[in-house]
Amino acid sequence: MTDAKMRGVRERKSRTRKKGVSLLLNFPYLIWLSLFVIVPMFIVAAYAFTDASGAFTLDNFRKLSVYRENIFDSFVYALIATAVTLILAYPFAYFMTKRSAAAQRVMMMLVMLPMWMNLLILTYSIMNIIETNGIVNNLLVAMGMEKVQMINTPGAVVFGMVYNYFPYMVLPLYSVLSKIDPALLEAAADLGSGGPSRFRRVILPLSMPGIISGITMVFVPSVSTFYISQKLGGTSVNMIGDVIESLVNRVSTRNLGAMLSLVLMVVILICIMIMNRFSDEEGGIML
Amino acid sequence: MKKIFSILILCALLLSIVSCGERNDTIDESLLRGEYTKDLEGTTLKVYNWGEYISDGAEGSLDVNAAFEKLTGIKVVYSTYDDNETMYSDLVSGANYYDIIIPSDYMIERLIREERLEQVDVRELSNYQFIDEQYKNLYFDPDNAYSVPYNVGMVGLIYNTTMVEGTIDSWEALWDEKYSGNILTFNNPRDAFALAQLILDQDLNTTDPADWDAAAALLKEQSPVLQARVMDEVFNKMEGGNAAMAPYYAGDYLLMKENNPDLAFAYPKEGVNIFCDSVCVPKGCQNYDAAVLYMNFLMEPEIALANAEALCYASPNTEVVSHEDYTYKDNKILYPSEEDMPKVQWFHDMDAKTVEYYETLWVDVLNS
Amino acid sequence: MKIFGKIYLGVIFAVMYLPLLVMVFFSFNASNSTATFTGFSLHWYEEMLRDSAAMDALKNTLLLAVVSTVIATILGTLAAVGIFGMRNKWFKTGVLSVSNVPMMNPDIVTGVSLMLLFAFVGRMLGAVESLGFFTILIAHVTFSLPYVVLNVLPKLMQTDPHLAEAAQDLGSTPIQAFFRVVLPSISSGVVSGALMAFTLSIDDFVISHYTSGSFTTLPLLIYTMTKKRVTPEMYAVCSCIFLSVLVLLLIMNLSQIRQAKKMSRISVIGKK
Repeated sequence: MTDAKMRGVRERKSRTRKKGVSLLLNFPYLIWLSLFVIVPMFIVAAYAFTDASGAFTLDNFRKLSVYRENIFDSFVYALIATAVTLILAYPFAYFMTKRSAAAQRVMMMLVMLPMWMNLLILTYSIMNIIETNGIVNNLLVAMGMEKVQMINTPGAVVFGMVYNYFPYMVLPLYSVLSKIDPALLEAAADLGSGGPSRFRRVILPLSMPGIISGITMVFVPSVSTFYISQKLGGTSVNMIGDVIESLVNRVSTRNLGAMLSLVLMVVILICIMIMNRFSDEEGGIML
Repeated sequence: MKKIFSILILCALLLSIVSCGERNDTIDESLLRGEYTKDLEGTTLKVYNWGEYISDGAEGSLDVNAAFEKLTGIKVVYSTYDDNETMYSDLVSGANYYDIIIPSDYMIERLIREERLEQVDVRELSNYQFIDEQYKNLYFDPDNAYSVPYNVGMVGLIYNTTMVEGTIDSWEALWDEKYSGNILTFNNPRDAFALAQLILDQDLNTTDPADWDAAAALLKEQSPVLQARVMDEVFNKMEGGNAAMAPYYAGDYLLMKENNPDLAFAYPKEGVNIFCDSVCVPKGCQNYDAAVLYMNFLMEPEIALANAEALCYASPNTEVVSHEDYTYKDNKILYPSEEDMPKVQWFHDMDAKTVEYYETLWVDVLNS
Repeated sequence: MKIFGKIYLGVIFAVMYLPLLVMVFFSFNASNSTATFTGFSLHWYEEMLRDSAAMDALKNTLLLAVVSTVIATILGTLAAVGIFGMRNKWFKTGVLSVSNVPMMNPDIVTGVSLMLLFAFVGRMLGAVESLGFFTILIAHVTFSLPYVVLNVLPKLMQTDPHLAEAAQDLGSTPIQAFFRVVLPSISSGVVSGALMAFTLSIDDFVISHYTSGSFTTLPLLIYTMTKKRVTPEMYAVCSCIFLSVLVLLLIMNLSQIRQAKKMSRISVIGKK
């Protein structure tokens, strides 16, 4: 047997072995997914395609146009919030990796800790800070300045969303950035690439998996954000998450709500697919 | 891995801090009017109530559930909801059973129509005599066959006297451009529509689409002057002086006033929405006898007094209203005299078609 | 650059913790308002310790968060390794999309659909009560899983796939190779995944409400208060959680720094 042949046999062997292992590892997960994700998904679909009496109908989908503004707004806000979160979190995660190992561990916990507090209480506290007669405005008045309208503006909604999802961006970014070999950067510097090009050519491509994960974990749930926009945005924005919340909660309008969330799911899936296509071309990463 | 370990340590630490102090569960048994035995000792009673809707021992008050447990030996399993519709969807899913629920009027109407409630013979309830006649035979339970009143209340207009000139006597103030940017309203369609419907002198339970269209048009006119549509955050906004006026419940106004004495209250001349939350036994209950005992217990003057103090809504119990120690005895807002009594309208259960119709209009209103 | 980094971290942390400071501040309020401060008092902390319902809810919350985190982390890490090893691109995309569904759906849709499923199964089994600790546990694991997978996958992509193969070629079993080679290289992803799972579990309300039955957690207790108002007592409970975590972090950190210093001293002596 020639060397090449032997290598071929070995590779085939390792591939089948790998396939077996990967299936084995996935088995409990796949069972879990089908029981508690796919079956409930069918329940939602069943609601979306029926009326309150359980008869098949497409009527729910005809009412979609009523909510197009809310769906559109939700995607716009989710996009803005995701972009702002990424821009703020990237340098944050990068600077984190520059600290000592002990400090990094503590900071990682500190990033997550605010989210352990109750969302409702945190939102109330943010309201206390940015209210018309809130803490910031009182400080401004004390310093002889004009009050600024912060609450009940689109900006407040974006702030609330960024605040809420920030840790979900920082953590994946941090975990990939911390693994980039400093020797690589030195090598790049030795080869004459300056700061910006080093970032673009070395750091950014290497942190791509973390960026994609972070974007997914922020964008996907933020489309269906509820509560935050309602409390901080006043009448300035009405997100689809709040609409679905009230529709699904009431048994008689549940079918309508199920339809909306089904549509939302499909649109988000399309978004993720487009994003994957992009990242696929960029660096051959598949998520 | 270290982090996970430290989380475990933390949890252990927190649990060790937790020392379960005793709450006030002793009542003077000589003051009890009904008869309570320990016949059902060891059984369980599942109660499903609104959150913060019972005297729970906070601030030295009586812990009603603990007192019932001590008196009868029945274990009370207590859970809470924040919305009639949430309670309803929980109930109809069949995922759970409850022995006691405390829904509002229109929800009771629906539950009775759908035969989801057990009949209760009020003649067996010795404390039913204390319920005020005006809260008996209400529209949703005309024969008093399913429910006993727990709490009643009315919506009114709360306003900040430092931000509003003069007194207010009409819902139209919520449309006044003078207060643009300082006006709050309800963040749910039924209550928000009700305000417009009262101004338009409509029946709150109209099924005529034209009526709802007219109300929606009026609500759209209101959108530019609104600061926000609120529910529970109304407390913070009104107490902090961040808004000039808001419609909310009379009892809650009394709580807000404790923290902001500038607040005033009015029952607008167009009339107001009135509600009554009543105690019911849902079908599928597993401990009917204990449930009936609990119903009777809630109507005990001493118990009803503790609840009335804690909830700050009006009590349907005559013994409470005339009780010497009652903080809100003769309170003009909770218990207006006959000539001060505003026109009232009840919410009825709406058919699915109308609900869908006004829900669709509501989205339009929100986006206007 | 170093100074700028420090300032940047500081500013972001300050903004992140400002609402928490407001929370701690109002937990000391003498009145029941969370908007106007009327005076300093420890009143709400006394109330908190006396409130057995709140304390039970706190215990339930922590128990649920720990158990669901452990299950979700193990299941999710294995799944990520398995997904990473998948050859069929379409199958891989499919599994990943499905696993993201709980993240995509508004909470209430996940919650209600799970409740309907549990109710159906419960009825089939003839149970009067189909909801409880185990159903809420299943729900929490379900919505935490995609976060664990999404944290572990990028780390797997960074590791050299030949390492595990090399280990196996050198005679270790696949399991040994996983624990000795793969796991250490993805550990930071596993930890962030676990951290996120814990975070999501500890503050979930909507899904919990529909799947919990009479198993009450702290967020459930707080959200259902909104018929009336959320009392500063709940602020006190959250402040206690916040402060105890901070203290714990501080203690851990101090000992670590001390250790690091000792180590460096030893190495200095060694050099001499």
